[in-house]
Amino acid sequence: MEVAHQVWLIARRSLLRTARQPGTWVPPLLFPLMLMAVNSNGLRAATHLPGFPTHSFLAFFIPFSFMQGALFASGIAGVDLARDIDTGFLNRLALTPVRGSALLLGQIGGALGLGAAQAVVYLSVALAAGVHIDAGVGGAVLILVLAVGAAAGFGGLGLFLALRTGSGEGVQSMFPLLFFLLLVSSMNLPRNLIEVGWFRDLATINPVSYLIEALRSLVIQGWNGEALGLGFGFTAALIAVSMLLAARQLRVRMTRT
Amino acid sequence: MSSRLEVAVALAYRQTTVLLKNPSLFLPPMLFPLMNFVAFAGGLSRLRHVPGFNFSGGYTAFQFVFVLLQSAVFGGVFTGFGIARDFERGFARRLLVSAPERGGIILGYAIAALLRWLMIATVLTVVALIAGMKVGGSGVDLFGLYGLAILFNQVGLLWACGIAMRLRTIQAAPLMQTPVFLVLFLAPVYVPLHLLQGWIHAVARVNPLTFLLEAGRGLIEGQPTQLAAAFGTAAILLAVFMVWARTGLARAERAG
Repeated sequence: MEVAHQVWLIARRSLLRTARQPGTWVPPLLFPLMLMAVNSNGLRAATHLPGFPTHSFLAFFIPFSFMQGALFASGIAGVDLARDIDTGFLNRLALTPVRGSALLLGQIGGALGLGAAQAVVYLSVALAAGVHIDAGVGGAVLILVLAVGAAAGFGGLGLFLALRTGSGEGVQSMFPLLFFLLLVSSMNLPRNLIEVGWFRDLATINPVSYLIEALRSLVIQGWNGEALGLGFGFTAALIAVSMLLAARQLRVRMTRT
Repeated sequence: MSSRLEVAVALAYRQTTVLLKNPSLFLPPMLFPLMNFVAFAGGLSRLRHVPGFNFSGGYTAFQFVFVLLQSAVFGGVFTGFGIARDFERGFARRLLVSAPERGGIILGYAIAALLRWLMIATVLTVVALIAGMKVGGSGVDLFGLYGLAILFNQVGLLWACGIAMRLRTIQAAPLMQTPVFLVLFLAPVYVPLHLLQGWIHAVARVNPLTFLLEAGRGLIEGQPTQLAAAFGTAAILLAVFMVWARTGLARAERAG
């Protein structure tokens, strides 16, 4: 069986499993929207700060939803794989000719599917709420690509955590730490407006800031080559590193099995 | 009365021991308020320069009050998760059979929620002081602030307890925490009430948490305000959710 076919079979299973459990995909879909509605109003006063790049805090804040959705994707990918480990599915799969790379790429299917659906919903809601995408239709497409890329990167981290801990609880308990990456980024204010030095430094070395800034640039600035280069660069690096870690951890787990 | 207290103390001891022996249960509720405090107080301090922002205690103290109240109510809600887990694992049913005074069960969980939050509050306060939080209020003011937080902690516990005893499954966790989360973030979290605009201003004005938040911020600033409204609101919430939890216990008793 070709690797591509193996990936498709496992990805389809992952997608169907996610789709059949509303409890898995409804909260990740609604929660970021809820926070977007609340925070974009609660923080609207920030637009009065000198140097704030836009008059619409909603437009400024939208990338947060995409990133939060991507973080949820990491949880879904990880918990699903942990369940497969727990139920022995992974062990049974190890007896078949399925390749490790196909397993990892396929397992991330549910997270990618959800990531894509989330991105379309968030973007549609933002447009319906009156947000204007400065980079136009091409920019909107790029936002979706970047959002799905972020979901793949964080999904890969979820797989690594699942393979490392072997338990859904273990994956879930790491979620606050991943969420912390989002909190110490430039999600609420542009980095040049962050007043506290150590926080600005943390936001500057935090790759999540660059993912957010790339998405944000398409919404409020138009085409900003530097922001997009950094955003796509860090997304590609995140995908590469997380999948590499997951692949290594899969080998370790298979050896133990 | 003594048997009710015995049940309560034994249950609180058990819950606290379970908590301390399981870092996965103890650490997330401890880390979450700290993370929020770091993110809000550190990342948003520029908001104090927004025209009309007139809180004199500094942005760290402004956010500390919100995070303190948030940690208090979630300390109660997370204890509610423990109640649901106790029902799923059969412990709560055995407890219902063996407890000579079932009223002590809610009291026991309430004491456990309070102890759990006191640990979190201690760490949070130390971190805030290290971060340079300015405290303008006197000892009495601070007593009032922590008193408000304790009341809110018990409100959170009683709300989650009512849900846990009605549904008796950990799958009810989102139902316990999502409404609380919404109430928290529909209050003036980042800026004072008068700087909110649009629908969120209208909602925040009638949100009971707004009274607690504004009173708490007044207390830490040393300029107490809206104390009667805040303590009155907390007392009403406590009374309502006490009935909610007690009727939940009655449902659990009937379910057997």
